[in-house]
Amino acid sequence: MTIADRTSEMREAVARPRPADAASLAAWAIAAQVVDPEIPVLTIEDLGVLRSVKVTDDAVGTHTVAVTLTPTYSGCPAMDAMRDDVLEALTSAGYENVSVRLVLSPAWTTDWMSEIGKNKLREYGIAAPTGHSTVRGSGPAGPIRLAMAVKCPRCSSLNTRELAHFGSTSCKSLYECRDCLEPFDYFKVL
Amino acid sequence: MSNSTVNSDSAEADAPAATPEDAHGHVAVDVTTLDAELIEGPSFATPDVAEYALWLGDDSLILAQQLGAWISRAPELEEDVALGNVALDLIGHARSLLHYAGTASDRTEDDLAYWRTEPDFRSLHLVEQPNGDFAHTIARQFIVAHYLFELYSRLRASADATLAAIAAKAVKEVDYHRDHSTQWVLRLAQGTDESRRRMITAFSDLWPYVEEVFRDDPLIDRLEGIAVRPSSLLPAFDAAIAPVLAEAELEVPCGFVASGGGRTGKHSEHLAFLLAEMQVLTRAHPGASW
Repeated sequence: MTIADRTSEMREAVARPRPADAASLAAWAIAAQVVDPEIPVLTIEDLGVLRSVKVTDDAVGTHTVAVTLTPTYSGCPAMDAMRDDVLEALTSAGYENVSVRLVLSPAWTTDWMSEIGKNKLREYGIAAPTGHSTVRGSGPAGPIRLAMAVKCPRCSSLNTRELAHFGSTSCKSLYECRDCLEPFDYFKVL
Repeated sequence: MSNSTVNSDSAEADAPAATPEDAHGHVAVDVTTLDAELIEGPSFATPDVAEYALWLGDDSLILAQQLGAWISRAPELEEDVALGNVALDLIGHARSLLHYAGTASDRTEDDLAYWRTEPDFRSLHLVEQPNGDFAHTIARQFIVAHYLFELYSRLRASADATLAAIAAKAVKEVDYHRDHSTQWVLRLAQGTDESRRRMITAFSDLWPYVEEVFRDDPLIDRLEGIAVRPSSLLPAFDAAIAPVLAEAELEVPCGFVASGGGRTGKHSEHLAFLLAEMQVLTRAHPGASW
């Protein structure tokens, strides 16, 4: 295994901490299908929002499921919908005592978004985050100041410009393509 | 602030006679559920930690309420969206902080946001200063975002796990706010003669309220290792804003210092009006959700 493979495997383990036991893993698979209501091509597993699923069985065979999610942005109103949808998905799959909690730590980062998720984003018309959170020049994360061009999800041109830091949801900024002249959303690095 | 539900059918049957159909339509009375715990395991704030969480939570809440007023009134559509997004992040921080503060006195974030009166708010005078023109809002935003960035950067190392978790989340968002206000300070200061005049006026109007931001109230002495000492943030704050002001060819205003007193519940005339607007709906329909 190359160092690059090992690095991406480690990153994947942090981004998607799947449970080890079979019962919890089965419940994880159900919760993992819940999608982001604002970007319905992305599941909460793709985003790295699903943090843990734990199934415990009591003596009479009642399945209790404890799920934790982490918000993408502190004020993201989609979190309430995702929490309700996880509750609904597990309840309709036959689990009786389902609890869903939000945890803030460790803080979510776009580094946790899966490669599959990034591809789905592009196909959906949203440019995926470019690079890791250390790229944030002025940020607390890292010193990298060299910004790379954001590729237009429509025509793949790199001749694009940022129109506004903030976009239609907390997680996006607004760009325009100077070649095909279409505006598009960019899922900004956090 | 909590989960919203629309429950129009049952309103007529369940609502007390005193809640008639009004301009808002049927108003269903629902149980407000406490938000989920924010870190692993149960965590309850001590009275001193709760007071500190209230300081920070109230700053974010009041500033978010102010910024919301710009939606549909900003100089361009992108700015409506930007200030709305900044406000949304701040509401998120306020919710986490007020939820945590409430664990010490068995109150919800909504109890704290909507049912306290002016002397019980702990926010800084800076955040209650009126929106003014766009330059005033940007000047206030520039000062607050740079202060919050330095604060949350250090609060990540707090001995209190909940405060540390909230700070680690918030610092990444506030970094974008810092960048946004910096770009606007440069733009307004170097844009036209008129925008420059307004930027200078805005900074001189708001600078008297900066001193209070970095003042150490007695509570800070009791929270060593948990809270961040405000005065310790001043050198980093000065170092961060100096190059921006130099590039904008602005000088740090000097002059009188405002009295302050927000941390002990002494507020200017502006806060009561702001609270009246923020709280009117909840107080007119206690327990309602929408």
